[in-house]
Amino acid sequence: MSEHQMKPIWYFVGLILSAMGIVIFLSGLFQLIVPPAATTVLASIHPNIWWGALMIVFGGGMYIAATKKSK
Amino acid sequence: MQAIGLSFIDWIIIFIYFSFVLGIGIYLQKFTKSQEDFFLAGRKNSSWVAGLAFLSANLGALELLGMTGNTFKYGMYVAHFYWIGAIPAMLFLGIYMMPFYYSSKINSIPGYLKLRFDEKTRVINGISFAIMTLLVSGINLYAMALVLHTFLGWNWDVSMWASAATVAAYVTLSGLMSAIFTEIIQFFLIWFGLFLVSIMGIIEIGSVHEIIARINEFSGPLSMTTLWSTSSDPMKNGMLIHWGGIVLGLGFVLSFGYWTTDFLVVQRAFSAKDLRSARMTPILASFFKMALPFLVIFAGLIAIALSLDPKSGFQLLHDGTQINYDSALPLLIARYYPPGLVGLGVTALLAGFMAGQAGNVSAFNTVWTYDIYRSVINRNASDKHLLWMGRVSTIVGVILSLVTAYWAKSFPSIMDYLQAIFSWVNAPLFATMLLGMFLWWITPNGAFWGLIAGMSSSFLMYLAVKFHWFSESIITMSSVQSDMAANFWRAWWAWLICAAVTVLISLFTKRRPKEELVGLVKGLTKELHDQHLPFTKRPEFYAIISLIVLIALNVWFW
Repeated sequence: MSEHQMKPIWYFVGLILSAMGIVIFLSGLFQLIVPPAATTVLASIHPNIWWGALMIVFGGGMYIAATKKSK
Repeated sequence: MQAIGLSFIDWIIIFIYFSFVLGIGIYLQKFTKSQEDFFLAGRKNSSWVAGLAFLSANLGALELLGMTGNTFKYGMYVAHFYWIGAIPAMLFLGIYMMPFYYSSKINSIPGYLKLRFDEKTRVINGISFAIMTLLVSGINLYAMALVLHTFLGWNWDVSMWASAATVAAYVTLSGLMSAIFTEIIQFFLIWFGLFLVSIMGIIEIGSVHEIIARINEFSGPLSMTTLWSTSSDPMKNGMLIHWGGIVLGLGFVLSFGYWTTDFLVVQRAFSAKDLRSARMTPILASFFKMALPFLVIFAGLIAIALSLDPKSGFQLLHDGTQINYDSALPLLIARYYPPGLVGLGVTALLAGFMAGQAGNVSAFNTVWTYDIYRSVINRNASDKHLLWMGRVSTIVGVILSLVTAYWAKSFPSIMDYLQAIFSWVNAPLFATMLLGMFLWWITPNGAFWGLIAGMSSSFLMYLAVKFHWFSESIITMSSVQSDMAANFWRAWWAWLICAAVTVLISLFTKRRPKEELVGLVKGLTKELHDQHLPFTKRPEFYAIISLIVLIALNVWFW
């Protein structure tokens, strides 16, 4: 494989943020249905749902942009 | 304290991170074929990649925990570390120093000293940098294990060995490139993993204005929420320091010493694909650096505001009678983050520790291979042999870091020496670099003995105060001072002693001919870089914008 085919760093950043975002988002949805025994301060605003969603959008956008650019 | 519990979801997040960094190391190995690939990432990075890596190499978890804790202790004055204590130096590096570094095609900072002065100056700096890097790396490893043990209840040995083995694996496989990749991933993980703390704190307390009002109400005559307005009287600010100490010690010597001569960060700029990208590296990084107080300082101020309200139930941990300031950030994570996000916050800290470790190890393997091994031990080493030596020295460097970490564990006061180590190596080196790069008549002997005098005096000043040989007030020129103020002033004196000795000896020793210094010294070198570009695309343009933002932030929080 030639060095021109090396994937850019943004590809990996997008992938890891999306992967983590999906796990956090889904865990937030699960906690919405089955609330955890020990609650945290401001748990009522479900930060894992919107923060996980933000990570998916940001990471996914970065992944798509990096994939398009490297093609 | 009761450890922060990790759920299954949190472990999945941590597993994703470890899988990625190891996977990236394996993936990049096939692109690492020569010594330049290994030590300088093939010199093909854009200014964005090099710039984020430049910043992230400095953004360790120790700094995040320490600076949040320091904000709790000293107030908003800690923002000086991110603004006047970093930005002018980064811009100076990009505008004035990088052309000499990059154009001379050196592989390391000691390599520049060899070209500008002589072999002995290079070797003394190479050895002192290698020792400093290993000590810092080991102390970081120790600090990581301490944090993971205290807050998560993790086994001390497993934490150190697992992270050290991971770092050794991916740096050995692909050198600086994998270190840079993981540093950039760390940058994003830190923002996503820790900025939410500030957002949640603001939501809980009400507004930024309310946070500041609550602190001002309780802080009395000491100002904890301003930057400069109380700096003319050390008794009136949380850091107990005069503005002279901030400007000369932090803003000039420590900051310029670190950002312009510490190979750990400057190595990232050397990996840029061309001179313009190398010059843009620290300039782009300066914008991200200026944003960090919104993560770190905000978290510290939120911790103060919460601790002032008994109803919040928020209190920092205590080690015996002493407050554990480093506990501020982990306690805020535990306060606000539900399962899943706790894993992200812990991963951000882990990534910070490991990327810091990788940065130190990749800088160590380069300086060892080029400036000690090839310079002193094996001058005729082939490209292939140097690549092999780089990989071997990576593993040896990690092992020595582990030894230092266990040493630090059995001898905790070694942590106290960390600041001394920085002012011992970096502050005098900045005087040598500055004089050598801007004055052609500075001689090799002047530089060598100036460096020795600066390093020795810095260390002696530290020992003298530590063992009460004389009063700290002689160094700080003030009847009151904090440890931080003493560090700033000590760095200033070390710089001044190094500069004075260098100039004095240069007046009486043999100078190098001017023609040998072309390309290495300002005034003897034609500087035509980036002249063909329109002004809005030149590094100078972005440096001016960065400077304007810096001034605006300082005025805003005056």
